[in-house]
Amino acid sequence: MQNHEHINHLKNIVQDILDEAAKQGASAAEAGLSQENGLSVSVRLGDVETIEHHCDQGLGVTVYFGQRKGSASTTDLSIASIKETVGAACSIARYTSEDKYAGLPEKELLATEFPDLDLNHPWDIGVDGAIVLAIECEDAARSYHQEISNSEGASVDTHQGIRVMGNSLGFLQGYASTRHSLSCSVLAQRGDSMQRDYWYTVARNARDLESAVEVGKKAAERTLRRLQARSLSTRQCPVLYCAETASGLLGSFVGAISGGNLYRKSSFLLDALDKQVFPEFIRIHEQPYLKGALGSCAYDGEGVAPQTRDIVSEGILRGYVLSTYSARKLGMRSTGNAGGVHNLTIDPGKLDYQGMLKELNTGLLITELMGQGVNMVTGDYSRGAAGFWVENGVIQFPVEEITIAGNLKDMLKNIVAVGNDVDYRGNIRTGSILVERMSIAGE
Amino acid sequence: MEILNLARQAILMPAGIQDGDIEKIMGRLLSSPVDAADIYFQSSHFESWVMEGGIIKEGSHNIEQGAGVRAVFGEKTGFAYSDRIELPVLLEAANNVKAIVRQGQEADPLHCKVSTKPIDWPKYYATQNPLKSLADQQKIDLLHRVENETRKLDSRIEEVIVSLIGVHEHILVARQDGSLVADVRPLVRMNVTVIVEQDGQREQGSMGGGGRSDYSYFIDRDTALEYGREAVRQALVNLEAVEAPAGNMTVVLGSGWPGILLHEAIGHGLEGDFNRKGTSAFSGRVGERVASDLCTVVDDGTLAGRRGSLTIDDEGTPTEKTVLIENGILKGYMQDQLNARLMGVSPTGNGRRESYAHLPMPRMTNTYMLPGQHDPEEIIKSVKKGLYAKNFGGGQVDITSGKFVFSASEAYLIEDGKITRAVKGATLIGNGPDVLTKVSMVGSDLKLDSGVGTCGKDGQSVPVGVGQPTLKIDGLTVGGTSV
Repeated sequence: MQNHEHINHLKNIVQDILDEAAKQGASAAEAGLSQENGLSVSVRLGDVETIEHHCDQGLGVTVYFGQRKGSASTTDLSIASIKETVGAACSIARYTSEDKYAGLPEKELLATEFPDLDLNHPWDIGVDGAIVLAIECEDAARSYHQEISNSEGASVDTHQGIRVMGNSLGFLQGYASTRHSLSCSVLAQRGDSMQRDYWYTVARNARDLESAVEVGKKAAERTLRRLQARSLSTRQCPVLYCAETASGLLGSFVGAISGGNLYRKSSFLLDALDKQVFPEFIRIHEQPYLKGALGSCAYDGEGVAPQTRDIVSEGILRGYVLSTYSARKLGMRSTGNAGGVHNLTIDPGKLDYQGMLKELNTGLLITELMGQGVNMVTGDYSRGAAGFWVENGVIQFPVEEITIAGNLKDMLKNIVAVGNDVDYRGNIRTGSILVERMSIAGE
Repeated sequence: MEILNLARQAILMPAGIQDGDIEKIMGRLLSSPVDAADIYFQSSHFESWVMEGGIIKEGSHNIEQGAGVRAVFGEKTGFAYSDRIELPVLLEAANNVKAIVRQGQEADPLHCKVSTKPIDWPKYYATQNPLKSLADQQKIDLLHRVENETRKLDSRIEEVIVSLIGVHEHILVARQDGSLVADVRPLVRMNVTVIVEQDGQREQGSMGGGGRSDYSYFIDRDTALEYGREAVRQALVNLEAVEAPAGNMTVVLGSGWPGILLHEAIGHGLEGDFNRKGTSAFSGRVGERVASDLCTVVDDGTLAGRRGSLTIDDEGTPTEKTVLIENGILKGYMQDQLNARLMGVSPTGNGRRESYAHLPMPRMTNTYMLPGQHDPEEIIKSVKKGLYAKNFGGGQVDITSGKFVFSASEAYLIEDGKITRAVKGATLIGNGPDVLTKVSMVGSDLKLDSGVGTCGKDGQSVPVGVGQPTLKIDGLTVGGTSV
């Protein structure tokens, strides 16, 4: 079936669900439906390990009886099950409380323009093609160096999904999107030291994936460089977050300015709007309408139009990350972030990765973080880490079994530089980030 | 009613799937020379209620059902699933997965005859639907009561969030020998989070629990109110906390949930898949010393009503009490069927999967250390300078390098054998293969956690339990800020 036709078919189901909700007495309703198909092929030591065929579908419905709300979901899309699911949501709404902030978004905030964001590029690779590609990737890693001693394999994943959502304000939209990835993980051994690392590439369009050989080589390089890692003595020093770990640091910032944490007053950035949170040179913005990007969308989880906007400029916090409910709780308006941020981007600086190492001069380069260790309420931060000790801008030796600690409020304020070595593989786009000083605990 | 019949009624009958249909699907799978094959049927009902800001704010009801079809040949696995439990869909799934056998030859047509003989496993939990153990209004009343009573405990409480979750799950596994095995699994959980404020400073505390039981679990013995008291106590302790120390020091771990140490430091490293592949820091080390002789660690899926317990695992193997480490010596690994077969050992009932849409793999159930000789107070007294970590958040491990972390959420300094000041939460980091060799005292106070653990591996989440007595570890790195 053509996508267009299929989306229309699913739209009809969503409309039926909304009608059913009205029939059962709901004063307002919202429903979402998704279908996804995929293939995952993994190989290990040159041979097939698993072939998985994915086929998922799901329906979620939220109903309002005045200011009372109920939700239900099911994986069964039969007519009987849809009725039952709507019924379950309605029955729950009998028991939830009146909540004056509950309800659908303001109609004027709903998206009205739906540009083609170039998100749908099915990859007709097939099982055999995927096997060949995964083996090529793993071979590149295994043959990279004699110290590559074992493998967790390489895998190719391809998914195509269709999402449709609608509400009783007349919003009814759907789109198809794809996501493809190739990953590889290998082990290396030297003496008693055994290490493992990985690399992956992900894109909406298979054409934009890194080559299999490149992924394999990077996985091997990243594993080898960790061999014979050691701990550090306890100290304070500058810390450079590599781009992959820097996105986690910004993720904590996003958590702190997200509506849910703000209205619960469980954020270390309460009342920080219009205040200096980062140094002056920092700009962080959202780009929801980027063509082909992983975090792009024309409407958020509630149908609200997302905004191309600065969240931080000149280091000052300009806006929060809000859904309809959290916005109302704060006396504000939704920022189109039900479900999260959209291609959150921190402006890259002038320095590349090597330049950032020179800027670090002597300190710790972090390439991996472990555990949760972030207290959103206080900003206290303490996480397990691995990386490299750097002197005069040159990597000296790999480091592991250490922790890095500080307070996020100080860490964000004390960012010294942002690199232009941007990692585009996620919804947060950042280069490496240099933090002036943190506590390192080790042997 | 007998469990297999309950599962048939819950999953197969509504879908109109007969034994003959299962035989057809299995016949399709076995038309290639596979080593093993199974069909996993599942139907789960899940509900959640959240009270926040003094009102019942959210409620949801979710149904998840489907079937996964698997064929295994050597080290290869073919897998397909669908949320449509329909014969043509499952036959097509079977066609797709048997292609894992690439020789192209057909096997002698193996006839699979479904055997309906009920198997009498020991039962570790009841089959009744926990979602129906209270009327909806009673669930609401319970949430209100917990919220009210908790809010009253201290004037510094700003917010109380109470959540209640119940799951009723039926699973049925059809195996290649024609046997059908089933399980009916209840699971409940309640959680209380409080936010407190004093002089502009905020902190939070959280406590919860549950198990394979029904909602009466929270009402009998006032368990629910105890969660509220404990959440408030932790939040208030943290208001007073000073900077945590940084560096390597003696650490005393409290009993119960701090057993997450065992889960991260050694548990994952002893899962069969990693050891078959030789990717774990524990690979090939059975029979070697990996802990001090005070340490005996087991994984036990047979504890009545515990969150991590299972009558049978998701491949239909009865769970066991598996000795992992005995008096410091590594005894064995946790296995599913695939890895047990390839390693030439017996499965241990640890083959688990998040749902029909995921492949099974070796996973923990309830992992704990057996009690030792020491009085917990005596253990604290023996420490001149160190950290007493009483409560934890989550953890993580790199099974290859052996490095693991777990994050203390409530900790105190020990000075001259006495617990003194509370310190802020901090991450502890260590090396799995040697952390237990540094255990110098084991308390007599074995406690299991309250039933909150969820373990993630390869993107799959399953409920687990942990436990331990009070432990003294001579040297662990504490990730505070006070250098």
